[in-house]
Amino acid sequence: MKTSLKILTFAWVRTQTGEPEFTIDTDAASVGKLLDDLLAHRENWASLSSRRSEIRCAIDQCLAEFDSSLKNAKEVAFFPPITGG
Amino acid sequence: MVDLGISVQRQDFDVLKEIKKLQGNRIDIGSLSSFIGIVRDVPLIIEHYPGMTENTLSNLRKYAIDRFKLLDARIIHRYGALEPGDQIVLVLATSNHRKPAIEAVDFMMDNLKTKAPFWKKEGESWVSQRIQDLNATKMWDQD
Repeated sequence: MKTSLKILTFAWVRTQTGEPEFTIDTDAASVGKLLDDLLAHRENWASLSSRRSEIRCAIDQCLAEFDSSLKNAKEVAFFPPITGG
Repeated sequence: MVDLGISVQRQDFDVLKEIKKLQGNRIDIGSLSSFIGIVRDVPLIIEHYPGMTENTLSNLRKYAIDRFKLLDARIIHRYGALEPGDQIVLVLATSNHRKPAIEAVDFMMDNLKTKAPFWKKEGESWVSQRIQDLNATKMWDQD
């Protein structure tokens, strides 16, 4: 079953895709599978494929691993490694 | 819920005012430790993830208060366009004695650098994460 997810992007993931925020219907089980789907099928995301290993993610505003489940998730964010401070 | 112990803001902060506010009328504070991050060399643009940033800083502050038995703590982090010499971040901690406040400030900074969703841009290029920062965060997990 497909669920509707809000996707957010930051820093170079945002500038390279030109998509700061959008909604997508997905049946991906994990956040890694969702990213692979975006890289493979979504316009402007293919250019990020070579930097996939540098991309990090959060599910519902908590840092997550790529094998994390999307069950009950509402918001997913993709971004480069954090550089706070 | 709004956590008054942290702030994510565009505007500058006044360190002395923040120290006085944290102290209030308390007489049990024996130590107040601070860290002020300053923009070095080149202008920066700082982007963040509204909502997640506040939650992360709030949890980090509460965890530090608990772990180091602090009396209180405050974290302020700025975003937007900043010039060399501008203040970026302020971390304050108070405790009865010296060590916990100093250690807690170091702990909060190390964790903030790799867990609070901020990204820095210098000119046209995004700043990369430093492996030293990642290792510094991990060190605290081993304690």
